[in-house]
Amino acid sequence: MLGKLSLEAIPHDPIVVVTLCVVGLVGFALVAWLTLTKKWGYLFTEWFTTVDHKKIGIMYIIMAFVMLFRGFSDAVLMRTQQFISSAGGESILNPHHYDQIFTAHGVIMIFFVAMPLIVGFMNIVTPLQIGARDVAFPFLNNLSFWLFISGVVLINLSLGLGEFAQCGWLCYTPLSELEYSPGVGVDYWIWSLQISGLGTLLSGVNFFTTIIKMRAPGMTLMKMPVFVWTVLCSNILILAAFPILTVSIALLTLDRYFGFHFFTNDMGGNMMMYVNLIWAWGHPEVYILVLPVFGIFSEVFATFSRKPIFGYTALVWATAVITFLSFVVWLHHFFTMGAGANVNAFFGITTMIISIPTGVKIFNWLFTMYKGKIVVNSMMLWSIGFILTFAIGGLTGVLMSVPAADFVIHGSVFLVAHFHNVIIGGVVFGCFAGITYWFPKSFGFTLNEKWGIRAFWCWLIGFIVAFAPLYVLGLMGMPRRISQNIDPEFHAGLSWAALGAAIIAVGVICQVIQFIVSIKEREQNRDLTGDPWHGRTLEWATSSPPPFYNFAKTPHATSHDAWWDMKMDGYQKKMPENLQPIHMPKNTYAGVIIGILATIFGFAAIWHITWLAIISLGGCFLAWILKSFDEDIDFYVQVDEIEAIERKHFEEVQEGLKAEGEEANYAH
Amino acid sequence: MKRFQTALIVSALGLLSVVLTGCDAALINPKGPIGLAERDLIYLSVGLMLIVVLPAMFMAVYFFLKYRETQGAEYEPSFTHSSKIEWVVWMVPVIIIVILATITWITTHRLDPYKPLEHENPPITIQVISLDWKWLFIYPEQGIASVSEMAFPINTPIAFKVTSDTVMNSFFIPRLGTQIYTMAGMQTQLHLIADKPGNYKGISSGYSGHGFSDMKFTAIATETPEDFQKWVQKVKASPNKLSSEADFNKLAKPSYGYPVTYYSSVKPNLFKETMDKYMAHDHHGAENESGTSHASEKGAAGHQKNSQADAMHHTGGH
Repeated sequence: MLGKLSLEAIPHDPIVVVTLCVVGLVGFALVAWLTLTKKWGYLFTEWFTTVDHKKIGIMYIIMAFVMLFRGFSDAVLMRTQQFISSAGGESILNPHHYDQIFTAHGVIMIFFVAMPLIVGFMNIVTPLQIGARDVAFPFLNNLSFWLFISGVVLINLSLGLGEFAQCGWLCYTPLSELEYSPGVGVDYWIWSLQISGLGTLLSGVNFFTTIIKMRAPGMTLMKMPVFVWTVLCSNILILAAFPILTVSIALLTLDRYFGFHFFTNDMGGNMMMYVNLIWAWGHPEVYILVLPVFGIFSEVFATFSRKPIFGYTALVWATAVITFLSFVVWLHHFFTMGAGANVNAFFGITTMIISIPTGVKIFNWLFTMYKGKIVVNSMMLWSIGFILTFAIGGLTGVLMSVPAADFVIHGSVFLVAHFHNVIIGGVVFGCFAGITYWFPKSFGFTLNEKWGIRAFWCWLIGFIVAFAPLYVLGLMGMPRRISQNIDPEFHAGLSWAALGAAIIAVGVICQVIQFIVSIKEREQNRDLTGDPWHGRTLEWATSSPPPFYNFAKTPHATSHDAWWDMKMDGYQKKMPENLQPIHMPKNTYAGVIIGILATIFGFAAIWHITWLAIISLGGCFLAWILKSFDEDIDFYVQVDEIEAIERKHFEEVQEGLKAEGEEANYAH
Repeated sequence: MKRFQTALIVSALGLLSVVLTGCDAALINPKGPIGLAERDLIYLSVGLMLIVVLPAMFMAVYFFLKYRETQGAEYEPSFTHSSKIEWVVWMVPVIIIVILATITWITTHRLDPYKPLEHENPPITIQVISLDWKWLFIYPEQGIASVSEMAFPINTPIAFKVTSDTVMNSFFIPRLGTQIYTMAGMQTQLHLIADKPGNYKGISSGYSGHGFSDMKFTAIATETPEDFQKWVQKVKASPNKLSSEADFNKLAKPSYGYPVTYYSSVKPNLFKETMDKYMAHDHHGAENESGTSHASEKGAAGHQKNSQADAMHHTGGH
């Protein structure tokens, strides 16, 4: 009746039990607070069922931060364990627990932190920058979010019910096959990734269509902001790469559930095939994450250097070249598998070729600053910190693309240092810059700079102290993923790494304080004009936060700096005339329902509860079919409502401009 | 800026102390020519890339400081394109990558782990099987085997034949260079040589499950062939034998941190049989030793798979 599920599924490990109690208490307090203040209705009607890309984007980013907290706790546990173990101390984490932690850390940081941050930015910014009112398929967007949440719920369930996978974040076969991983851990991995991956794929379809079909008049492809270009390329990568992930996991599922032998040791299975397939997705995935971040940096550099981006055309071409090349380099993840010298040399060389367009991008950002008028703030600091760390990460990356050099550093903590160098220095710093940059657009007030800058210094220094030692440890021959009886010669380096993690933790605390202080002082830091940074692109042409229809009148784009051009032409925000009713999508609860059913299906599949799996999967399809017969999906916003919203914004703009003027006088 | 300087000094000191403790790092101070060539390749590649990376890092800080709003430096918002600069920023990386690609092509072939080493001394063969979670070394020429320890004389090429009786692992002696994956039902090859005697640490550098951390072994490079013979005699004096399938299955049971064990005799063809047992309906694997995949009339999938790693390697350019 309940498949593999029984009371024994609840873990007894004291660390897990304490964590569960704390999570349970916090969760209970949250639910109680929401119930007492009667917020459920508001949350449901305004947020959960929303089809507004801005709100969906905000929900993605909030969830990313929640999961960042969990992923970072995992990191702290790993640093502590390695520190203690290399000193010869008693282990606090046995291999069964430690191996779950490093697997969960990788999965969470990539799929449930970095991805939702990127998808969140795509949601919040893309339609605004192209002057659209929403995405192409608003319901699908809501569904993508709930499928993502389904993955989040499943992976977190594994903490308190059963176990998580112990096979590394990509669950290499044959270790992840039933013979070597008989528990439910790998099944949690399979279903949380499969369901949230489907959401990502749908997002890819959605944003690709949105950018291709819904740009404002005048915005030809070569007049799109750089961020939009990078989002477009990133979504092309999602469309091409995520099906490979879906299929690889599906084949592994057939092996584990139905006794197939795609990747098993015996009966003609081939584990190398899995490793090839998973990296054919895995390498493009790196660029799915990093390209939009390059877009964020492009916006930040141009805005705060008070100059258009340098070499726009080169930047766009560099992005396109990276998009293509990211598909022909996957083998560099396993040069040591025993392929011939020609194969290894080919993939090594294609990999190092990627560094050329990437290097060009860096120089374009540098020359954007050249002869500019740079405003120093936390966003620029994140950007400079990015260039410095990313240059090192790029260097070590190209080093590892030389097969004969990789033969000795492959699988070591040198590799761990390298990819944290590009993911923290690139993706994470970029997302923090992006959050500060677009926060006023989303919420109508700016973030506190003092705490933002403190967070930056802690992150940068903590990052260097945590990861520079790993490069050295890698050269000393320390493999990744070890946890017990670690060689004492690694202790000095691991101590520095643990200290670095502690410094980063202080940075995270600074960020929490930053949010609290900013919310407290929101009245002083309101963004009345909708354009707090003197921005260049169309999202700054509307109010902060924008009305749900984004633009009362569709703007016209003349270049990739459309809003800047309008301002240079002497444009002043005024009350729009000749308003027309606006066609908008209606909220829907179908996404929530399908998301809940998908979660139940994932849970049932993990625990082999066949009847429940069949019912919930059938329910998913039924809900989808019923939704497709729903014709009550849109409405028109009437002119008087638009007028009222626009008048309020216009008055705020006047107030804001007056305040700005006073400030300028005071400064002189 | 003062905060920035303090930060820099603190991080630099931290880094320095780590580097000092790591000055005898395995990859920086290798004990064989393969490892040495790989270290020099790392130095050369990093040096080449620094030609671009250092100026970029310098410019990032310099431009940022110089063009701050408060500095009143030249402001030219129309400077958004310069063919001269674009040529330089495309061509300099292109030239460096062309040089690096050439080096890559040459070294990837020269340091191909499958390539037998040319040396005046004849090579010795060691068969390596990764088990849960220990390493078994078989010396087919001597008819002996050992677990968690292996030995070989210096200045003698070692031909490793590598497979797995469990999940994937990576066979690695950091002081000697190149690692190679171990995979069930497949054979990979590795050629190494030591030129200084010593006891070197061996590890698995590819995660393989709960006992992975303790999957260590010692590689003893003896100063003379006589010392190596002494080690062989020591192994031969052991009462333990690995002469039946039952013996092997007992050893193959999952265990953590297996102690050094010697086997005075070993079942002939144990290595081959370990590979073959993963191939369905195939009992002719021995004919495939040469590694060339040939389409026999049996056409069994196992046949091709038997020599897969080798075959892939051969189509890769030999």
